[in-house]
Amino acid sequence: MSSIILFLVVIGTIGAWWLSKQRLMAKPWLEEGIHGGFPGLESSPVPASKIGLGIFLAVVGALFALLISAYSMRMQMSDWRPVPNQTMLWPVTGLLVMSGAALEWAKVAARTRDLEALKAALVAAGLFALAFLAGQLLVLRRLTEVGLVLTNNPANSFFFLIIGLHGLHILGGLVALGRTIYKTHRTRDPDRLRLSVSLCATYWHFLLAVWLVLFALLTGWAEDFVAICRQLLT
Amino acid sequence: MVDVPLDTFGGLPPPEVPDVDLYHPKSWVTKYVFSQDAKVIAIQYSATAMSIGLLALVLSWLMRLQLGFPSIFSFIDATAYYQFVTMHGMMMVVYVLTALFLGGFGNYLIPLMVGARDMVFPYANMLSYWLYLLAVVILLASFFVPGGPTGAGWTLYPPQAILSGTPGRDWGIMLMLISLIIFIIGFTMGGLNYVVTVLQARARGMTLMRMPLTVWGIFTASFMALLAFPALLVGAVMMLFDRLLGTSFFMPSLVEMGEHLSYGGGSPILFQHLFWFFGHPEVYIVALPAFGIVSDLISVHARKNIFGYRMMVWAILAIGALSFVVWAHHMYVSGMNPYFGFFFATSTLIIAVPTAIKIYNWVLTLWRGNIRLTLPMLFALAFIVTFINGGLTGLFLGNVVVDVPLSDTMFVVAHFHMVMGVAPVLAIFGAIYHWYPKVTGRMLDETLGRIHFWITFLGAYLIFFPMHYLGLMGVPRRYHEMGEMAFVPQSAQTLNAFITVMALIVGTAQMVFFFNVVWSYFKGKPAGHNPWEAASLEWQTPETPPPHGNWGRELPVVYRWAYDYSVPGAASDFVPQNQPVASRPASDEDR
Repeated sequence: MSSIILFLVVIGTIGAWWLSKQRLMAKPWLEEGIHGGFPGLESSPVPASKIGLGIFLAVVGALFALLISAYSMRMQMSDWRPVPNQTMLWPVTGLLVMSGAALEWAKVAARTRDLEALKAALVAAGLFALAFLAGQLLVLRRLTEVGLVLTNNPANSFFFLIIGLHGLHILGGLVALGRTIYKTHRTRDPDRLRLSVSLCATYWHFLLAVWLVLFALLTGWAEDFVAICRQLLT
Repeated sequence: MVDVPLDTFGGLPPPEVPDVDLYHPKSWVTKYVFSQDAKVIAIQYSATAMSIGLLALVLSWLMRLQLGFPSIFSFIDATAYYQFVTMHGMMMVVYVLTALFLGGFGNYLIPLMVGARDMVFPYANMLSYWLYLLAVVILLASFFVPGGPTGAGWTLYPPQAILSGTPGRDWGIMLMLISLIIFIIGFTMGGLNYVVTVLQARARGMTLMRMPLTVWGIFTASFMALLAFPALLVGAVMMLFDRLLGTSFFMPSLVEMGEHLSYGGGSPILFQHLFWFFGHPEVYIVALPAFGIVSDLISVHARKNIFGYRMMVWAILAIGALSFVVWAHHMYVSGMNPYFGFFFATSTLIIAVPTAIKIYNWVLTLWRGNIRLTLPMLFALAFIVTFINGGLTGLFLGNVVVDVPLSDTMFVVAHFHMVMGVAPVLAIFGAIYHWYPKVTGRMLDETLGRIHFWITFLGAYLIFFPMHYLGLMGVPRRYHEMGEMAFVPQSAQTLNAFITVMALIVGTAQMVFFFNVVWSYFKGKPAGHNPWEAASLEWQTPETPPPHGNWGRELPVVYRWAYDYSVPGAASDFVPQNQPVASRPASDEDR
């Protein structure tokens, strides 16, 4: 369970840092009236949806950290036979990188109020993400064709499960992206879409980061790191 | 006292965030069924959770009938017994207590207590309830499928949960897992609302350190639940894969009925880690809102500011953090490295420190207070003693050497029912008696309430105190009937019968409460805006019950914390949070 503990330490550190700025040492029984430091005095408060997304990403992060914990516990068993390296995962990963890059382009287009570029960038991001999912499916299909099916080894089971859950999160993101694309056809003011685009980009970059960690784990590169962590903790 | 006049800032500062764009319902259906108003959603959550609670109560009766009077009721065979145990446990822990505290009280109280118009994501909030209801329907559906609901025990431990021979192996376990997955997705939508509303939608002047402890409790518990439920989700998905697709995440090599199963190499212990990584924080996900609620009830009904407010907030945060590093104390008998056992025993005992701080502070709040023995106060006092009882036996069980012999005995059942069953339910009742006047505009009947309180409080002790004794004698839990056990005297059966009779009486007494809730809604004494003379913001709404949007045209401005009771020199014995600072001459004390 070292991965999830490590993840919670990071979350806890962020939480402690935030709490340290919340006047937890205040003595509210001595303070009457309106005093400085209360919300509303800041000129530009962070939108609720950004905070909401941040917390949602922490939940998604916990989910994948738990999966990694389970993976690293299960891989210690004697029957574990790692899935052979899938070279196709490299170009597939590139597709997700491209999707994230397109969303960065969309952010710039929204900032410069270029509606046409914004539409193109969002559609490109969506297409790259769909291609990424198709690529993942192709990898799973190839594995099945060579007899590495879901059930014949726990490593395969985890491979399918982790890729599937990550893909589900991409699909969820595509719903939000689709709504944003739909909104670009309903408005002439890109300013009104800046927040949605920014949220999509943040979510995409997070899923890319998660995928890179999973990629390293599934291809075995993270094994040394996992072994070091395990040794440190035991 | 530090007074900061309004004109320091040249008038009121702007609202913290723009007013929430409220969704205004256009029909009866969008107002009362697919409602996006947190107060309606709260009532939907509460009504659903209480209905499930009643069903879970009946299941506990059936279990008790079998234990108290074995083999008299032919329909309670071993299969049915295990199904009742499993469904009672899972329903009560997840679908009743979690849903009621966070979905019910969270939805009703957070926006009102922090001075918001509604939750920040009302649509997601609505979806949260409907997913919860779907999860409940799927769970209940398992009573009607071939083989019935799962009888794997509420912990759903593999491999037995999905092996033939365990009740509900075909459909029941799948429906349970699917229901849990949907519940968790729904809760995530609700939980995000509770946390972000506290962070982003507080009224002007409502700093974190001016929030009532109820909000602190629900806020921290929601954040914990958001991080803990994924563990159950991962466990449920993996077990569903094992059951449906034949993977071996948790399933070791097994021979069943002389036949070697296709499973192999899986780790049942891995499931235990995932389950308890959720399961232990879950105890505090239920307890923290109860702590917050009880703090507020005691302060209001003792007419005294809460003692050690800062320490209470820090204790909530400390308990929340520590609860994530104690999970394996539920697994001592599964076998673990002794150093781990030592670590988890120590961390378990350390949690007792912030918990004890809270209890001392409640007692010190009562000390020399102007105590009004109202119904909410009675329930709050009952909560404190019950939680102390349950907490102390928790210290026994947190120690490896004591836990191992007591594990799987009735002592454990008695412990967790006191600390996580009776105590939170007493807090829930106290909260309902306290906030019912705000929700309906009418008071609950006092006489009926007192009958309900005394039977529930004393009855619960008559049920669970003897159960500790049974456990110490070695009476095992999870046994359909004891049969011949040399070490268990015949008198244990007499005690079991007594417990069953008490359980039937206490359960029946809850009908008095439900009758009171319905009767008072139509015939109860009008409550007015603030019948308890409370200082916190929810009692200061312009209308009671609060309408859609809560606050009329203007959001409130907060000038002080929520506990200004019996303030020396004040005109009345409470000063509402939104009452502007009077321009009074500074006293000697201020100087």
